[in-house]
Amino acid sequence: MSEVTYKDFLFTEKLPLFWCPGCGDGILLGAILRSFAKLGYKKNNTVVVTGIGCWGKGDDYITTNIFHGTHGRALPFATGIKLANPELNVIALMGDGDGATIGGNHFIHAARRNVDVTAIIVNNFNYGMTGGQYSGTTPESSITSTSRYGHIEPAFDLCKLAEAAGAPYVARGSVYNVVQLQKLVEEALLKKGFSLLEVVAPCPTHFGRLNSMKKPVEMYKWIKDNSVSIASAEKLSPEEKENKFVLGKFVDKNSVDYSTKYQHIIDSVSLKVSEGGDKNAE
Amino acid sequence: MEFRSSVRFMQGNAAITEGALAAGARFYAGYPITPSTEIAEISSERLPQLGGIYIQMEDEIASIAAIIGASAAGKKCYTATSGPGFSLMQENLGVAVIAEIPCVIIDVQRSGPSTGLATKPAQGDFMQSRWGTHGDHGIIVLSPSSVEDCYYLMVKAFNFAEKYRTPVVFLADEMIGHLKERAILNEIKPEDIINRSQPVCDPKDYKTFDFGDGGIAPLASYGSDYIVRLSGTTHDETGYPNIKPENADRFIRHYTDKIEKNKKDIVITRKYNMEDAEYAIITFGCSTRSALEAMEMLRAEGEKIGILELVTLWPFADEQVLEVCKQVKAVFVPEMNLGQLIGEVKKYNPKNIPIVGINKVNSLSIHPIEIINTILEVKKCQR
Repeated sequence: MSEVTYKDFLFTEKLPLFWCPGCGDGILLGAILRSFAKLGYKKNNTVVVTGIGCWGKGDDYITTNIFHGTHGRALPFATGIKLANPELNVIALMGDGDGATIGGNHFIHAARRNVDVTAIIVNNFNYGMTGGQYSGTTPESSITSTSRYGHIEPAFDLCKLAEAAGAPYVARGSVYNVVQLQKLVEEALLKKGFSLLEVVAPCPTHFGRLNSMKKPVEMYKWIKDNSVSIASAEKLSPEEKENKFVLGKFVDKNSVDYSTKYQHIIDSVSLKVSEGGDKNAE
Repeated sequence: MEFRSSVRFMQGNAAITEGALAAGARFYAGYPITPSTEIAEISSERLPQLGGIYIQMEDEIASIAAIIGASAAGKKCYTATSGPGFSLMQENLGVAVIAEIPCVIIDVQRSGPSTGLATKPAQGDFMQSRWGTHGDHGIIVLSPSSVEDCYYLMVKAFNFAEKYRTPVVFLADEMIGHLKERAILNEIKPEDIINRSQPVCDPKDYKTFDFGDGGIAPLASYGSDYIVRLSGTTHDETGYPNIKPENADRFIRHYTDKIEKNKKDIVITRKYNMEDAEYAIITFGCSTRSALEAMEMLRAEGEKIGILELVTLWPFADEQVLEVCKQVKAVFVPEMNLGQLIGEVKKYNPKNIPIVGINKVNSLSIHPIEIINTILEVKKCQR
């Protein structure tokens, strides 16, 4: 048998990608599919769960099992899938509006429960699919199609949110730093337990155009110029750190996942029942 | 664990749970809400004993999402809620419809709108159960009127869900959910349990939504040899998005047709004393109890009253209702709402007989005397 490559996971007949020129989603898709191949994932044992949005269309190009559900709800669908069959590799692909705004509640609870799901959230700072409205991660004072006078809400830091909720793996990459991104995707997939990978990405069509970055390359440059490593960020003052994309791995710890804990309960109660009979029988 | 058939004195919600387990359900995700909480509590204790999973989600939106996901991974799944939670579930109920994923949603109705009279009974979700989620679709809704019903009808609910690859709504109400009465729970034999059909083709030929000429597509599970592509977006047989008008038309009609065209199998009704009835009560759920009492009292006085109980609420029992409307001089529809079932009944009234509602929304059950008085009054006018 020939070696498995990312192409085995890519739905080639559905190409070209529907995303806008300059979009970062294709870069991330490549990193994910290369990771599937490298880690020896089996298509029939892998489920990619998506929400709704630009990145939520990612499953259109993936040949594994897929579940394309509703806006914001990828994680609860993924939770059901994983708990029903813990042998599956379950990956949830979400955008910032999808996974962290309308789906914000599911996000913190999935992290808290430590369900063994890999959540990959593309953060492009706005709702791209519907025309560039502001989301829960839109930077304060930026312009979107629904914040024409400057956005007045502060943005969520998704990594801090996941860390506070107890996720055992939390990292942030960007589509500009592809080598690092590839490594973080692999780590997030390998991690037993809930892992969050936030991926900073451009939306040149909407966010870029409205915020003085007329060409895609300008938006990539903006991401590059504002990205700092965790080590470098430690040397910055809080003011200097503002509006910077701190890239790297924030949390990587071992923590028993939900399915493993629940299996302990099943093992202990089904043992008791077989010893003592059905205590519900009257 | 061996099942012991037994005479029990038990609650409706407990019987619902035992029915789900007897049907082979092994996954529950839910969010606590009165008057359905006993289903969650008993499930949390019973499921792990059977190797199943109970999980309490962060809300009802997540609860129905989790059971849909778990069903796609091969488990028989259920959730339980009441009106407010059922409202929250509506969007994802549509996912179960369009992605054709079997699951059972129990709505133990309470008085609304909104928080309403949170612990009090009502039958106000009759129409929500049919049309709550947006877009055209068919749905199966079953309604119990006794504790035994709660058990045996749950098995039916799962059988329909699996057979037709569809969500099934189990529309109970506070009165039946919290009713305690004698019930005989017999073991459900394996031959009485239906499991979703599985593909037999070569994995490379499998299409998740290939329903052929009006049938039901086999549903493989995640983790099997087959690749399963499930989607809430309008798709073709492969599960891949397809926006062509002819494809959309074919699939959207399929979601209605697969239910409506199988009415003969799905519609369950019960007749009481309809043979010689001159007047009929058409009823469902808790109101059936009041109707039965009223019928007995009137029969003792020599009045020829019969009952048509709708056990399957949707798809609607049009033929059975039509037959009753042709036979009797007037039909009475007691409901703990301001008239939801009655509108459907009126559609099947060829002789234009009086169809009279007996409606209550003050949290008190419909008293048999209220039904009796209405019937006698109408009868007097007709003389």
